[in-house]
Amino acid sequence: MGLENIVLGFEQALHHQNLFFAVLGITLGTIIGVLPGLGGANGVAILLPLTMRMPPTSAIILLTSIYWGALFGGAITSILFNIPGEPWSVATTFDGYPMARQGKGGQALTAAFTSSFVGAFFSIVLITLFAPILADVALHFGPPEIFAIQFLTFSSFVGLGGGSAAKTVISIVLGFILAAVGLDIVTGQLRLTFGVTELMQGFDFIIAVIGLFGIGEILLSVEEGLSFKGVRTGMRPRVVLETWKILPRYWRTFVRGAFIGFWMGFKPGGATPASFMSYSFAKRFSRNPERFGKGEIEGVVAPETAAHAAGVAAMLPMITLGIPGSPTAAVMLGGLMIWGLQPGPMLFKERPDFVWGLIASMYTGNIIGVLMVLAFVPFFAAILRVPFAILAPLIVIVCAIGSYAVHSSMIDIWYMVIFGVVGYVFKKLDYPLAPLVLALVLGDHAENALRQSLIMSQGSLGIFVTRPIAGVISALALFFFALPAISAFRRRGGGVPAPAGSAH
Amino acid sequence: MRVADIVTASVLLLLGGLVGADAIRLGVGWGTDGPRSGFFPFWLAIVLVVCCVIVIAQAARREMGESFVTRERLALVLKVLWPATAMVALTHVLGLYVSAGLYLGFYMRWVGGHGWRVVLALSLAVPVAAFLIFELWFLVPMPKGPVEAWLGY
Repeated sequence: MGLENIVLGFEQALHHQNLFFAVLGITLGTIIGVLPGLGGANGVAILLPLTMRMPPTSAIILLTSIYWGALFGGAITSILFNIPGEPWSVATTFDGYPMARQGKGGQALTAAFTSSFVGAFFSIVLITLFAPILADVALHFGPPEIFAIQFLTFSSFVGLGGGSAAKTVISIVLGFILAAVGLDIVTGQLRLTFGVTELMQGFDFIIAVIGLFGIGEILLSVEEGLSFKGVRTGMRPRVVLETWKILPRYWRTFVRGAFIGFWMGFKPGGATPASFMSYSFAKRFSRNPERFGKGEIEGVVAPETAAHAAGVAAMLPMITLGIPGSPTAAVMLGGLMIWGLQPGPMLFKERPDFVWGLIASMYTGNIIGVLMVLAFVPFFAAILRVPFAILAPLIVIVCAIGSYAVHSSMIDIWYMVIFGVVGYVFKKLDYPLAPLVLALVLGDHAENALRQSLIMSQGSLGIFVTRPIAGVISALALFFFALPAISAFRRRGGGVPAPAGSAH
Repeated sequence: MRVADIVTASVLLLLGGLVGADAIRLGVGWGTDGPRSGFFPFWLAIVLVVCCVIVIAQAARREMGESFVTRERLALVLKVLWPATAMVALTHVLGLYVSAGLYLGFYMRWVGGHGWRVVLALSLAVPVAAFLIFELWFLVPMPKGPVEAWLGY
């Protein structure tokens, strides 16, 4: 890796057109993050069809900026409205909302944005250093290794996701089944269409994301009788500066959160446990743990640093291995395919301008992001004061437009409605949705890797164990699959407390 | 929750059976040049069925908890769901922009009880803005109906 790559990247990221897309993306992303029912994955999915005619580098900068914005936006609703927009901002509400109620909303927001930025920056630096190395290693991977890594990806949902292991597996398998519907490219046979012409085109993951996360989330929020009673706050520059003066005191929490976030984050489903873990560590090591939950600024710093570090780290496996670490990364990966790029390690060789432009834009995007949210918090918070009777139909309309735009087909809007109902039921019954989306995106890819591996080994599954790299990865994956059973056994046997990461 | 859990898992179980049946039709074994089309779906179906049985067994052993959804809450959900479905159905006839405007106006008036002036203004402004953004700026065509045709699009 040379310095010239990063310079090349910054030339891309600092191009005025791409800077414009970064600002646009962060604005949209923050709005999306603030609105209930529109998370990062969803926002990216809706806007993906609009990027088809854009140059890939600009498109990915727009989409990643939406992601950064959504991560920042989640903090605003958690602190001012006590509504966690995403599961990983739940821990932020513990101390953020009490602070806001005590009139320290400005401090809480400044702390949240700053810690998000620090966490993100830490992960970006690590990505810059490790991505090329990982990509080099991954270049030597064959189908067995690729399948083993995908196996590991899904196993970590089971092992780290918390909740019911059986339901997580069901969610994964459903995703793969949906991906299999339609034409089998290898043999040219139609699968799972049962003679229905409409099923021949299969299910697009974008529609699934919009329905499951968008419509499903709205149905869920009306049912919970969501009312947006927020704490009003002003952001005066003086408050920001004063908060910045006390934040360095918590450098240990920052460092701990960033490490936990990165370590958990490059594995799928890691952001939520990372934020909880970081919070509970901060509480355990604090000199006054009794103040946690009542408006302690450290209780905002810890989860935000970890969640944002994890959110950024989720991009590492996506750009190096072609395996997304989060639903949002999964949607972006689908985007790469739509723009005609083949995700995976070859990207570093074939399109260095794209990869390094993306990495450099993470720096610029997060710097622009933190400045923008600090400056415009009141504006973003005002969005939640728009009455629900206007917001809800607007979100549904935007979702419908996004679904139709994918293939210009009406059936997709109907699928969106159906996925919305499924998403609502699944969420209520604690079926995790992220693994389903990941499986739907990776479906064909994983099946091909499995088929090719089996062809190499003439049908023996032993190939995943006997090749050294694949063997180690498979062993780790099997361990993760067994983890819920092991920890249940230990809890029953010896009264060992559950690990902090299993909370959800 | 218990009943809903069992019903959902049973539906998924049936789905697993369907997938398994189709996989067997396609062939689950070894073809001339590798695994056949049904191979992967077949094993997915097996895993799905096994996991559904586990979920059903776990739910059956549990105490009756709170119900999945109360009548009042279901009413709230349906109040969002059916107008949205109606909008999608209307799109087939009137195109997306007109349906979206009608839907927004109806919902604002019916659920939000907003004044007619706000309702009319927004249900005109939103479709027009959407038209400008998607149709003209991003060049993504949406389904159009007689009104757009009358306006020359």
